Amino acid sequence: MEGQGAGRFPGQSAGAGGGLMGSAFMQSGTSSFTEFLAAYNPEYLPGRRMAALGATGGAVPLDVRHGTTIVALTFPGGVLMAGDRRATAGNMIAQRDIEKVFPADEYSVVGIAGTAGIAVEMVKLFQVELEHYEKIEGVELSLDGKANRLATMIRGNLGLAMQGLAVVPLFAGYDLESGEGRIFSYDPVGGQYPETNFHSVGSGSVFARGALKKLYRTDLDATGAATAAIQALYDAADDDSATGGPDLTRKIYPVIAVVTEEGYRRLPEEEVSVLVHEIVEARYGAPDGPKAPLR
Amino acid sequence: MTTPFYVSPEQLMKDRADYVRKNIARGGSVAVLNYDGGILFVAENRSRVLHKISEIYDRVGFAAAGKYNEFENLRQAGVRLADTRGYLYDRRDVSALGLANAYAQTLGTIFSEAGGKPYEVELIIAEVGDRADQDQIYRLTYDGSVADAHGFVVIGGAADEVSRVLEGSYTEGAHLGAALRTAVAALGRDGTETRELAPTQLEVAVLDRGRQRDRKFRRLVGAQLARLLADEPGADEAAIADNGDGTGDGATSGGPAAGDGGAEPASSAKAGAPPEQGDILDDIDDVLEDGDDEDGARD
Repeated sequence: MEGQGAGRFPGQSAGAGGGLMGSAFMQSGTSSFTEFLAAYNPEYLPGRRMAALGATGGAVPLDVRHGTTIVALTFPGGVLMAGDRRATAGNMIAQRDIEKVFPADEYSVVGIAGTAGIAVEMVKLFQVELEHYEKIEGVELSLDGKANRLATMIRGNLGLAMQGLAVVPLFAGYDLESGEGRIFSYDPVGGQYPETNFHSVGSGSVFARGALKKLYRTDLDATGAATAAIQALYDAADDDSATGGPDLTRKIYPVIAVVTEEGYRRLPEEEVSVLVHEIVEARYGAPDGPKAPLR
Repeated sequence: MTTPFYVSPEQLMKDRADYVRKNIARGGSVAVLNYDGGILFVAENRSRVLHKISEIYDRVGFAAAGKYNEFENLRQAGVRLADTRGYLYDRRDVSALGLANAYAQTLGTIFSEAGGKPYEVELIIAEVGDRADQDQIYRLTYDGSVADAHGFVVIGGAADEVSRVLEGSYTEGAHLGAALRTAVAALGRDGTETRELAPTQLEVAVLDRGRQRDRKFRRLVGAQLARLLADEPGADEAAIADNGDGTGDGATSGGPAAGDGGAEPASSAKAGAPPEQGDILDDIDDVLEDGDDEDGARD
């Protein structure tokens, strides 16, 4: 089965004399990799797990890995996304250093919360999808186009979401047309919602969003935005057991990515380390973090 | 059932080959050559949107000559195959050799298929490696034969004449600007007269070994391209001589095309080189810098 993908433009509909023109690879048609893969061999798509589970409708009694909290905020000229590093399986910490923030392409970033296995696969497919379109069509999708493609993928996962294996990504990018950073949030049924200023998803999102609400300013620079994101993740980890705080002993810090006109950039670990240490140091004096003025 | 006239297989294949060759020779040529920082693609192409040169995958580029709809179909098939393979296995598992084999099978089948029309195309599949000796360039002809080329290869148009010119002028390890001017000069000598190709008549791209990102393919367009070409004082002979001058320097330095920010002062420090060569190095750095967003963002 696998070998099919490796060969010489094979296809199901080999006509008389091995008509390769009619084969899956040679057919001109879609610019979407997902659609191509669905026609070529749907077994390769993430949503196919549904068939294996059967449409029982009950929750899946599996302790699979879950990713937790992602925050994103815009600043003049760009957008920043950060994610904690914990994955849980039931009441266990499944992984301390999982990465949940990925470059979707040159000008966008996607972070994932929910069932890690499906989410990571979805991100991988999404990355190929964007690159594939760009190569076939010769131009990049618009930022709204990218956001819509992601919504379609989540919609394809609805059956699994109903059984408890939901994927909730957060998508952000630099809009080359309007010259600003933008954030899109999703729900498990594939609804897509543009967000202003900041947003957060995952189990600790309630606390992270509360923190961001008090910390966010419209005139932050990239470093300021990174500081606000780390503060928000700290607060999320403070109150949500599934969100991991910065692990100073193991030197595991949040993944922070910035997208500006210059493209995607992940902040180097040394930079994040300095910010994290400053924040943790300050929390020794004020465990609840910086105080916002009452009025 | 009617019995067709007997045509010997030799005659049949020869007729098809003649037909295809004649049509491919009518278009412009495409040259692909090694330079010290990777692989350079140069095509004569007046269209800015109908590409003859394209990206297939991270390290693999594609160049074609002949009939547009046919090679575009093949290009898209290649992108689908590469993306499928990279998705199912790993990005590193997509290779030029695998793609060249797939294309060879496809072209061979189409060529020998009774009834159908053979594809009027020639292709080049090139892969840039981590080191210069890992670079691979494959040339595929309309009948599915594959040849691996070293240094340079030309397809389409007056490929034989252009190759002959390049044989005399191509030097290994040349800088980007020098290699580009060599190629453009050669593409202009495809007939009895010598033509000078303007930037607007060219489609140029590189697989840049030193690029920080996974995707090494990058187009050289507009001002970038004009600046690289402008070093040529006039005639193509001059450009060829230029390349000759630059050879020694290119072989020893090899650094400036590394594409990371640190390479810039290093190349400026090579001011001991002849002034003309220095200009070329600056231009290359400019061009590489323009394309390297990731580095720019790290400031």
